[in-house]
Amino acid sequence: MSDEYDNNKSYQAQSSEVMDGSVGSVNPDIDYVRPAEVGEQDLYHGHSFIEKWVFCQDAKVIGVQYFLTAVFTGIVGLILSWLMRLQLGFPGLAGFMTAEHYYQFVTMHGMIMVVYFLTALFLGGFGNYLIPLMVGARDMVFPYVNMLSFWMFFVAVAVLMASFFVPGGPTGAGWTLYPPQTILEGTPGSGMGILLMLISLSLFVIGFTMGGLNYMITILQARTRGMTLMRMPLTVWGIFTATVLAMLAFPALLVSAIMMTLDKVLQTSFFMPTILKAGEVLEYGGGSPILFQHLFWFFGHPEVYIVALPAFGIVSDLISVHARKNIFGYRMMVWAIVGIGGLSFFVWAHHMYVSGMNPWFGFFFATTTLIIAVPTAMKVYNWILTLWRGNIRINTVMLWCLGFIVTFVNGGITGIFLGNVSVDVPLSDTYFVIAHFHMVMGIAPLMVIMGAVYHWFPLVAGKMLHEGLGKWHFWITFLGAYSIYFPMHYLGFIGVPRRYFEMYDSPYMTSAVGMNEFISIAAFIVGAAQFILVFNIIKTLKTGKKAEQNPWKANSLEWYTSTVPPEHGNFGERLPVVHRWPYDFSVPGAKDDFIPQTTAPSEVIHTEVEKT
Amino acid sequence: MHAGIIFLLVIIGSVLFHIFTPWYWTDIASNWKGMDDTITLTFWVGGGVFVAVCLFMIYCVFRYQHKEGRRAEYKPEDKKLEKILTWATTLGVCALLAPGLIIWNQYVNVPKNAIEVDVMAWQWGWQYRLPGADGKLGTTQVRNIADNNPFGINPDDPFGKDDIMVESDVINLENNRPVKILLRSVDVLHNWYVPQFRAKMDAVPGTVTFYWFEPNKVGEYEVLCAEYCGVGHYAMRGGVEVQDKADYEVWLSEQETFEQLSARYEKLNVDGNKLAKK
Repeated sequence: MSDEYDNNKSYQAQSSEVMDGSVGSVNPDIDYVRPAEVGEQDLYHGHSFIEKWVFCQDAKVIGVQYFLTAVFTGIVGLILSWLMRLQLGFPGLAGFMTAEHYYQFVTMHGMIMVVYFLTALFLGGFGNYLIPLMVGARDMVFPYVNMLSFWMFFVAVAVLMASFFVPGGPTGAGWTLYPPQTILEGTPGSGMGILLMLISLSLFVIGFTMGGLNYMITILQARTRGMTLMRMPLTVWGIFTATVLAMLAFPALLVSAIMMTLDKVLQTSFFMPTILKAGEVLEYGGGSPILFQHLFWFFGHPEVYIVALPAFGIVSDLISVHARKNIFGYRMMVWAIVGIGGLSFFVWAHHMYVSGMNPWFGFFFATTTLIIAVPTAMKVYNWILTLWRGNIRINTVMLWCLGFIVTFVNGGITGIFLGNVSVDVPLSDTYFVIAHFHMVMGIAPLMVIMGAVYHWFPLVAGKMLHEGLGKWHFWITFLGAYSIYFPMHYLGFIGVPRRYFEMYDSPYMTSAVGMNEFISIAAFIVGAAQFILVFNIIKTLKTGKKAEQNPWKANSLEWYTSTVPPEHGNFGERLPVVHRWPYDFSVPGAKDDFIPQTTAPSEVIHTEVEKT
Repeated sequence: MHAGIIFLLVIIGSVLFHIFTPWYWTDIASNWKGMDDTITLTFWVGGGVFVAVCLFMIYCVFRYQHKEGRRAEYKPEDKKLEKILTWATTLGVCALLAPGLIIWNQYVNVPKNAIEVDVMAWQWGWQYRLPGADGKLGTTQVRNIADNNPFGINPDDPFGKDDIMVESDVINLENNRPVKILLRSVDVLHNWYVPQFRAKMDAVPGTVTFYWFEPNKVGEYEVLCAEYCGVGHYAMRGGVEVQDKADYEVWLSEQETFEQLSARYEKLNVDGNKLAKK
């Protein structure tokens, strides 16, 4: 412990030397950056294998742990989706598939993908890895709590997976867990299954709160000198805003989980009215099922943006770097992220237009929902305007970004159908909804995740992923996923309801059999294509080309670490000092087509760079 | 280069799919054509935006592909352009929202002459009740439900006596007469949905919800449950038969009232007691 402490002392001495400024610069004034207000953080470096790789306090290792655990749950979710598609495309082919199983798979697929895969991956995975690096910090501000956060998540996943093995199996209540059916017989897994789900969700929220505090406070308090808020990469803005949303939204999930647990175990009646079941009146009375829906969607809608905002941020950075052009309208992008985040708390009941809530709410929530389309559209415009007059590398990373734009705009537009209250009436609870949210919060964020993996893999592993394999991976995934979800909207127009184990004995629906077979086959192929990435990663780690430092010629701080991959403490002896935003690409007059954030103005004195 | 072409084909394919799709909505059989029209309008506006954004993106991919030595434009912001785009989008959104809200206003305001239908849902089936000669449905309570009172009508409520019980999963409706569907459930959430009528609403235990429509095409329709309600959800079907006034009146006259049903059960009871005494 003591030697680390001394190390940090020496860091401090050196950085205070820099504080006096102007070492070797032409004009001291233009390079002035306010001195640091607090000393540097003490880091605890692990000594043993367990401290370095298991109970590790380094945010980068925690990020990778989150990432791998989330990917594991994602693969489980993927396999469940295969089983569902098997039943929908080829009913009866899998002999073991009962309606109970089908609903259990639907439920677990939904919950896993939304919470345990996407949320954990974006915030726990990318958040942990990138926040300290991008804001120029040595680590998260509370490394120990950060470690606990991951292990709490790990336990939550373990409890969730355990529910597959308890009597009655996992809950089959649908990922929305609407009472009363969730905790009544008649729904699969209404015994142990639902209890484990509620416990797992509670653990997830607790763990996530520990991580979330870290992300927020690190971004607010531990930015390096010169890293003003308006010089942060949009990735950090996206993750930051998403974390704030999560801190406000997850408590609603937690209380609803607790209340439902009480309804289940102690027969309280928070959500349970008088119920007649099998000719007998149950010991419930006076509760409101709709109250649960309000609580759930007060969490559930911000949750959509908890997934989407980091994706927005990351994709902005990827597009800018690979188009060699500054992100268009940075300030608009920041305010759009913050605005969308704020508005996302006022739209939740658009999931409930036909829930039986007071129908007059419809006017309010349709209006707020369509207002949110404006900042979202601005972001889309700014992405494509960043491409405009750029110098675009059409590499794997850019392909994923382009795929994101297509799928996100597609899913965003169908959101305008569903948000517009009376248009929602015929479409709600049909396959149109499934197509919409998979396109907008399944496929689109997945495109960003994949782009981010190809983009940052050289940083994390020090090796370049194979481009050719990457392109195959992209095209199969993009074309396959698009041909799953684009036609699916039309099933919704016919009126095919969601969550049907078997559906097509209605005369006007029989025409959809062919489409269902097609969608299922596409789903099998897209799922299998993901193993191209797994193969690519294994192959690259073994024999891949070594990455040079900063292979994409990016500006943000994570590419300017002392070593690649970065070690614990990230930046070697001196923390970087930031002089500009991360988007100075193709600045007129500059030697290269990029100016790193650490470059002092005096070093690029003849350029026409805009002040940030 | 290839990338741009494939993306272009995806967009062209999407448009062609939309034009030639054999899968589209069922023929409408109610007054909610406004919903279909708003969907069509949203399709034109939204589809137009989708195609325009994607085509612009594809144009950029072709036109500004990476060339060594070429520089991208350096222009962090364009206030004027951003302002124009914001206002244009806002206008577009308002144009879509307005018809949506107008139709919603019709949806939540039930016409005075609508006939009320009590749709009672349970795991997993439907049954229906119509008001009798007094035009009013009797109040109900879940606790009252029994063999001799399948709808749980309050025995003291005079309005309930002449209520017409339809103990079948098929209900008949009169063509061109507005119907106010009053939904209730005795156990979990359900949703009484006929795709051809476009309208739907959840049935929530503990409360009564409603919606209305006016059937305008004689025929038989399938009812689907549109809110997940447990393992039997997919099998929870029912039916509607829309009839002309004359046929409907005939059907109506054949149905049993609550009073008749109670009497039938009482007689059964009396007979049963007699048998027991013997």
